[in-house]
Amino acid sequence: MNFATVIGTVVSTVKVPAWRGYRLLVLQPTDDDGTNSGRPLVAVDLVSAAPGQRVFYVRGREAATALPNPENPADAAIVGIVDEARRTSREEKKS
Amino acid sequence: MFTARVVGDVVATIKHRDLQGEKLLLVQPVSAEGEARGKPVIAVDRAQAGPGDWVLVADEGNSAAQVLRKPRGAVRTVIVGIVDEVDRDVKKGFA
Repeated sequence: MNFATVIGTVVSTVKVPAWRGYRLLVLQPTDDDGTNSGRPLVAVDLVSAAPGQRVFYVRGREAATALPNPENPADAAIVGIVDEARRTSREEKKS
Repeated sequence: MFTARVVGDVVATIKHRDLQGEKLLLVQPVSAEGEARGKPVIAVDRAQAGPGDWVLVADEGNSAAQVLRKPRGAVRTVIVGIVDEVDRDVKKGFA
């Protein structure tokens, strides 16, 4: 799972039946400290996230299986809203 | 699977049902020598890992489902073990 910030909404009336009732949001992937990294993508919103919120999302097959009906073409899904991401230690070379 | 260093934790009140009650840790993928590779990701901890631990992370939905003993869902990244040592000495036969 990776961090992202919600930067927009996609309006789609005609879509796959399994996605009915779900919103599609535009995500800007970020690092754990919130700085942008990489290109924006569209994800199915499963946690009622709002624009500007920091979220985390899952990519690949698990995005589809995260929905109640796993037979859908999602390749990214928002699965949580970040309250806090804390660094508890610096990654260091094992001695 | 890949090895990673636990560098932090993530607090999320609102999250997918499959993540309820799970400890979420921030893991920095590392090489066999212990050097950071790429950016940190969020993983479900099922190995009682702590800050600074060198861990083994499975990043695939079916593996996650087996470890969590649940049908396939929203989880794909799970800490499945704590690394004691990685031996890369070809002469000893661990190529």
